[in-house]
Amino acid sequence: MSGVLAVLEQRDGALRKVSHEVVTGARRLGDALGGTVDALVLAAGAVGGSADQLGAFGADKVITLTHAAFARYAPEGYSRAIAEHVRAGGYRAVVFAASATGKDLAPRVAARLGVPLAQDVTDVGVESGAVTVVRPVYAGKALLKLKLAASPALVSLRPNVFTPVQRPKAGVAESAAAAVPGGGGGGGGGRVTVREVKAAQAGALDVAEAPIVVSGGRGLKEPANFKILEELAGAFGGTAAVGASRAVVDAGWRPHADQVGQTGKTVSPTLYIAVGISGAIQHLAGMRTAKVIVAINKDKDAPIFKVADYGIVGDLFEVVPKLTDEIRKLHG
Amino acid sequence: MKIAVCIKRVPDSETRVKIASDGKSLDEAGVKFILNPYDEFAVEEALRRKEQAGAGEVVVVALGPAAAQETIRTALAMGADRGVLLQVDRIPADGLEAAKALAAELEGGGYDLILFGKMAIDDYNHQVGPMVAELLDLPCVTTVAHLEIAGARGTAEREVEGGVEVVEFTLPAVLTTDKGLNEPRYPALKGIMAAKKKPLDTKPTTVGQGGLEILALMPPPVRKDGKIVGEGAAAVPELVRLLREEAKVL
Repeated sequence: MSGVLAVLEQRDGALRKVSHEVVTGARRLGDALGGTVDALVLAAGAVGGSADQLGAFGADKVITLTHAAFARYAPEGYSRAIAEHVRAGGYRAVVFAASATGKDLAPRVAARLGVPLAQDVTDVGVESGAVTVVRPVYAGKALLKLKLAASPALVSLRPNVFTPVQRPKAGVAESAAAAVPGGGGGGGGGRVTVREVKAAQAGALDVAEAPIVVSGGRGLKEPANFKILEELAGAFGGTAAVGASRAVVDAGWRPHADQVGQTGKTVSPTLYIAVGISGAIQHLAGMRTAKVIVAINKDKDAPIFKVADYGIVGDLFEVVPKLTDEIRKLHG
Repeated sequence: MKIAVCIKRVPDSETRVKIASDGKSLDEAGVKFILNPYDEFAVEEALRRKEQAGAGEVVVVALGPAAAQETIRTALAMGADRGVLLQVDRIPADGLEAAKALAAELEGGGYDLILFGKMAIDDYNHQVGPMVAELLDLPCVTTVAHLEIAGARGTAEREVEGGVEVVEFTLPAVLTTDKGLNEPRYPALKGIMAAKKKPLDTKPTTVGQGGLEILALMPPPVRKDGKIVGEGAAAVPELVRLLREEAKVL
């Protein structure tokens, strides 16, 4: 078998954007291995419109496994059901998202199957028939290239790195659904149950998934000044999130959920704007895979300028409002 | 409360990464090693749980080279009761092999909790804790940032994209700790002195090769030299033009 399985994510019955990235990565492996791509989603019921969408990104078949307990992430039920599906399907590779859920789920499935896992990879390939991956290590100061000498090869993809590719021959994927049997021993939560998901501020994008991240550091001087970053993020029309450096999170100015860096989140947005952030190595660990980095800092010798593609040296309290105006003009 | 904390010796995050002549590993010459920062949250949590319970034992377990004894002593200086070093020449690239060695040590130990840091800051593998849980058939919650335990039940909170997951679990359990769970204590001089006399059991260990083979350790791609667009607000229109026309991200 040379098939590849893409494990998707849904929340509240809707596919999460990262699912398209997972299908895109799986398709790349499928093409290299000469196999088909199955997309697997676990849910309480049907997940709307997914087969058409996923066909466009390269899925040949969309399989929905349903169980009442699968409305939310059920660590034990999900890992059991996925491991069984992988065993039965004889897949050559299984692709997860390296999201909060995927990073929790993939090791459980790997241990159940007794195969290795490469988490948070930024590249996948096939060499001499074996799946290879590249992963950032040592705070992004090096890249590790690995060969997964086992079948199936399990990988999880760093969000925002595998840009979803719509294929020209966009076909509607075949779809199939199966109910996972049973209460206690079947799909049910068992010993670990997600009781609720407390949503962050409505409509707020998570820094780990936003296409644009505007981050602030100590240069903002006080918590209230983050307002100018929120205005800048808002000017992008719902595609930007506000991040923060460790210093301001430790000072209690911003929540830990917004922290970018080694002890916070790793982000790979299309555009990362670092405002009043000096650029300690631990911060760079969290954002150096951004496609384009802009730095705004009054200190021309700040290390952030060494990784930035574009820099403005100056007073952020003058530069940022001007930038907000210019972006607003673009977005009309 | 009997708690095991699995810890790892890692290069300090400030380390300048120099790739060894084999092209596959870190040149460790001159590298300072520390207790993995995420593991500090795990050690601290174990100590607090034991202190609250008024009785119990905190055992630190490390898989690593002989030099990891020093890392274990750091945890003992924080207040852990005893240490176990599963001594290997090299930690395998395959997290599942590390998990197997740790699970074999922990099995039958009668632990109420087995704690890990959510990941190690060297290999970023992000997997050994939940793998150990699966191998031991224990419930597991990862990246715990808030924890409450009452009797044999616990409630943990973990950050997910755009929210916080509230997870209920039963003990015994495996948990991995995230920043925010607590403020790890610094070892006091008294603790450092006491740690020297605490039991540390070294067990020569064999780990399998596993299914992950390192092909290369490489420097990250060099970002092409950036440019300072200008100074102050006057430079903003040119920045926006470059972002649109050159970088094509707007």
